[in-house]
Amino acid sequence: MKMVHIKDLIYRYFTRDDDNNIVETIEAIAGVNMDVEQGQFIAILGHNGSGKSSLAKHINGLLQPAEGAVYVKGMNTADEDEIWQIRQTAGIVLQNPDNQIIGNIVEEDVAFGPENIGVPTEDIWRRVAQSLEAVGMEAFRLSSPGRLSGGQKQRVAIAGILAMEPECIILDEPTAMLDPKGREDVIRTIHQLNREKGITIILITHKMDEVVEADKLFVMDHGKVVMSGTPKEVFSDVEQIKKYRLEVPHATELAYELRKEGIPLPESIMTKEELVEALCRLN
Amino acid sequence: MSIKLENVSYQYKDSKRRPALNHVSLEIGKEEFIGIAGHTGSGKSTLIQHFNGLIKPTEGNVLFDGRDIHEPGYSLKELRGKVGLSFQYPEHQLFEVTVFDDVCFGPKNLDLPEDEIQTRAKEALELVGMDEKYHEKSPFELSGGQKRRVAIAGIIAMKPEYLILDEPTAGLDPLGRDKILNLLKKLHEEEGITIILVTHSMEEIADYVGRILVMDKGHLEFDGTPEEVFEHREELEKMGLTIPFYAAITDDLKKAGYFGENPEISAITLQEAKEAILTKWKRDHKSC
Repeated sequence: MKMVHIKDLIYRYFTRDDDNNIVETIEAIAGVNMDVEQGQFIAILGHNGSGKSSLAKHINGLLQPAEGAVYVKGMNTADEDEIWQIRQTAGIVLQNPDNQIIGNIVEEDVAFGPENIGVPTEDIWRRVAQSLEAVGMEAFRLSSPGRLSGGQKQRVAIAGILAMEPECIILDEPTAMLDPKGREDVIRTIHQLNREKGITIILITHKMDEVVEADKLFVMDHGKVVMSGTPKEVFSDVEQIKKYRLEVPHATELAYELRKEGIPLPESIMTKEELVEALCRLN
Repeated sequence: MSIKLENVSYQYKDSKRRPALNHVSLEIGKEEFIGIAGHTGSGKSTLIQHFNGLIKPTEGNVLFDGRDIHEPGYSLKELRGKVGLSFQYPEHQLFEVTVFDDVCFGPKNLDLPEDEIQTRAKEALELVGMDEKYHEKSPFELSGGQKRRVAIAGIIAMKPEYLILDEPTAGLDPLGRDKILNLLKKLHEEEGITIILVTHSMEEIADYVGRILVMDKGHLEFDGTPEEVFEHREELEKMGLTIPFYAAITDDLKKAGYFGENPEISAITLQEAKEAILTKWKRDHKSC
């Protein structure tokens, strides 16, 4: 069964004047079809305002479609009876870790989710311990979240979602507010969860270096999916990516520039190491 | 004309940890464009709050144009008009009903006449690329990048000689980021404002700044041109900082022997890395 199935999704929002009359209708999502298989690591790319965050919020029912439908493991997000099951299946991590942490100590924060859904106490502690271990934060179990760095807070937020034992985690620009070390830790953590626990990952970002290892990319622009494929497929079209106000990985861009000048480099280069190796091979 | 720190140390009260700043000496002249890099907790945010007297050093002196800013009778209010400071996520501090009113807030505090306040607000908004159609909008109707530019306009309207920005591009997409950086470049080149920006991405600022200060554990570790600073790749990486991609790949190629026995090659930008590789390629292929 597909983890996520999005069919002809349309979402609109309105701006209103002082008398509450609609002055403008904006189609944030303008007909999106998307499938995510169980266990995949996919990334949704797009500049701010492309519709990628609205799309993410549809997947666990934080937003409801104007038209079309979103299914998580066959459950329709518009079905109120299913919504809690959906949110347990697909958890979401947002951009600002400070808005997601509520507990006074780390373990309390991580326990909040499972406690809320009535998990038995001894089971909660097991889940908290396992989740903190999975994100490499077990040493901070009794710390105050306020004392943690941004990257550490974000990993606690991920642990909080993990404690719900979801099959899918959606991350909406989880590294936007982090420093390079924090970014690296968070990205490594989600790759590990995907590889070792088989959790489906949906990563929303505009940082290309974070997505080179994803199974599949979707590029959004003006509410539509305009490109999709493996990272190699998507990044091979440098001109088009730039048209959507995105960047390609640095190595891809340099290889592209060199190819234009006649150096026969493969189109599939995405990392520094690959480019160094390819150039040395031509030597 | 400068901001000068003489042997400045700062210890946060109630903190048993090492000092946030540890004997830092530096001088920032007029019309410089400077980047301050460092990992989270390196002391860079503490450092910039010394520049306009928001923090008083526990040891050492801060001089503005040769005068100690903490001597009795020195007007810190006047200083803060000359040294504008934009904190991280400055858009969180927008609060007026309209964009225009928000930008007027700073100059109003300088007790300027009303028409001068209006003129400055107009000029500042024009500089940041927010034309008249935005003036009467609520700041909350704007995109993240636009809000941030309005917040910066509020500082520009005070006509500072120095503009300090803490992580001005954090959380913006590539387009929003380039707009902010190009705005700072324009303010530097056309208005002659000294720009000091704090970042943890040296990559992002390498093309813009003429000088980089690197902070680590409260110490000023490096102070030099980007080229000079990036030569310390290993030390920087130990501090959790990465040199720009194009500098790193040129360095890797050099180490792999790609350029042969020519240690003179270095690059920071895409263009420079491309040139270096192409020159080598053309040289090799002429002979065959």
